[in-house]
Amino acid sequence: MIRPDAPILLEIQGLHASVDEQPILNGVNLTIRAGEIHAVMGRNGSGKSTLSKVLAGHPAYAVTAGSVRYQDVNLLELEPEQRARIGLFLGFQYPVEIPGVSNLEFLRVATNARRQERGDDELDTFAFEDLVRERLNVVQMDPAFLERSVNQGFSGGEKKRNEILQMALLEPLVAILDETDSGLDIDALRIVASGVNQLAGPHTATLLITHYQRLLDLITPDFVHVMAAGRILRSGGKELALELERTGYDWVDAELARQPVEVP
Amino acid sequence: MAGSTAWLEGLAGAPVPSRRLEDWRFTDLTALAAIHPKLAMAPDPLAGVTLPAGVSRLSSEAVEALLGRALHANHSEQHWLVQLNQGIQPAVVGLGVSGAAQPLELICDAGEAEGLVPWRILLVLEEGASLELLQVQRSSGANATTVITEVLLGAGSELRLGSLGLGDRQACLLTHLAVEQAPGSTLALTSASAGWALSRFEPRVVQSHGAAHTQMRSLQWVDDQQCADTHSAIRFDGPGGTLDQLHKAVADGAARSVFNGAISVPRAAQQTEASQLSRSLLLSDRARIDTKPQLEIVADDVRCAHGATVSRLQQDELFYLQSRGIAAAQASRLLLRGFCDEVLRGLPAAAATWRPLERLLGADTQLSPDPEQPAAPLGKV
Repeated sequence: MIRPDAPILLEIQGLHASVDEQPILNGVNLTIRAGEIHAVMGRNGSGKSTLSKVLAGHPAYAVTAGSVRYQDVNLLELEPEQRARIGLFLGFQYPVEIPGVSNLEFLRVATNARRQERGDDELDTFAFEDLVRERLNVVQMDPAFLERSVNQGFSGGEKKRNEILQMALLEPLVAILDETDSGLDIDALRIVASGVNQLAGPHTATLLITHYQRLLDLITPDFVHVMAAGRILRSGGKELALELERTGYDWVDAELARQPVEVP
Repeated sequence: MAGSTAWLEGLAGAPVPSRRLEDWRFTDLTALAAIHPKLAMAPDPLAGVTLPAGVSRLSSEAVEALLGRALHANHSEQHWLVQLNQGIQPAVVGLGVSGAAQPLELICDAGEAEGLVPWRILLVLEEGASLELLQVQRSSGANATTVITEVLLGAGSELRLGSLGLGDRQACLLTHLAVEQAPGSTLALTSASAGWALSRFEPRVVQSHGAAHTQMRSLQWVDDQQCADTHSAIRFDGPGGTLDQLHKAVADGAARSVFNGAISVPRAAQQTEASQLSRSLLLSDRARIDTKPQLEIVADDVRCAHGATVSRLQQDELFYLQSRGIAAAQASRLLLRGFCDEVLRGLPAAAATWRPLERLLGADTQLSPDPEQPAAPLGKV
């Protein structure tokens, strides 16, 4: 939903980042307003996943230039947990398995950290069970997965459902979903997409990182951005994704040659 | 050190092992030199305990007939820990088990005693008997505990044995456990120790005719200048036995953790299935972990696997938790708890009252912002 007067939730300007002193992001500019769904597409290695990790605060990435404002705060100054508490959510491409840590307790601790930040009462074990059982419906997930260790022994689809369940519990303002569609069969993809659609609203925003049009058939983006060489090369509406589906990324090289990377 | 441990050598009738010996290469017995040179009274672990149905005290004749048998079967006699304890000749706590007994807890508490505190335990499970036993070694002062536990498991018997060592930063723990398993018997041993200046744990198991099941889970946690050493030895003297062994260690500060896991599969032990895994976490740059599997396999039709890992807390696991709003320190504790819980959940139910997780992690293991009763971390009271 595009409303030009909607408040800006996330504003990325001239963002450069590197890992092991290797530049990966080379000047990303992106503005996301409340109510909008953005899709970032691009080849492998174009910097899509790095963008999501930098926004979430992964310690392996160093921001070398640029700024990211989240509502009225400088996001880059915050620890990863603080970013999560104020409503930024990263759905992982490869959700991490954590043996010995109960999924249910993990979800409760995470939910309470977010609730505390919002000034809501913490939920005790019983109140949380009620909430989590209700939210399980969003992703049609079997309650048995709550009793297991976090993501341990989950199939690819179950891991992604667990990600969307976390999103449903944390009620983020900005959700970044990094290749949430990868490794999903068509049924699981529908369930996950339906979950994302249920959680999207006029006051929140979603940033989808994906390779494929098939996710965008189920979640309609307001904006599509093509990343290459660590920056956004072209932006458009949902028709840009369809065009990519037809033409592929060959035009990217020619375009890159015309727009050399700026060194900050 | 030589002068101050001379009295121990007198008791043991053998010199204190030096680090030149392979079995003691990484374990420094200097901490023993700080112990006051005298024998202290060992409180009777059965005082005030009502033995559950199925468990009774062994007669002195039975003790005399059976004492030393498990040590002999495990070739334990020449081990220094055994020589020391046998030199003292502590009173023997002898227990016999028949049928399905109710759980039992034995507490060996050295308290604030000064000196060397000796215990000797003999446990005999008759054919088909079963027992869940929690053995707790405690100390809250500058002393050294020496314990020999001998266990004879009759055919088809089942023992769930928990060994919990809750120490003091000035205390030493020297434990030798010798188990002889008859065919069809099951031993599920879970041990956890923390807080000792020095601990040496020597669990030894022999399946005298094979065809028995042995499960071992152990966790040792060291911090500051502490040293914990587990030397396990399992031998299959017949075919068709199984072993499932997991040893875990957490080393922080400038501490040292040692694991040596011997498995012996002689020619007679065909169709043995044994697995051993050692997993260690290093929490500081100054801590040190030495881990060594020692498999001697002669039989040719066996499945034996072993592995060892030493790592730090995984950055991707920490980041995943942080990205859900969980602070870094809390995320570390959650991961450590998960690491330890894999072993601790195997302890007998009675262990819960000792709150082993809280003692290991120091605080806030439920991860609520205000734990109701934060337990004092061991060795930091």
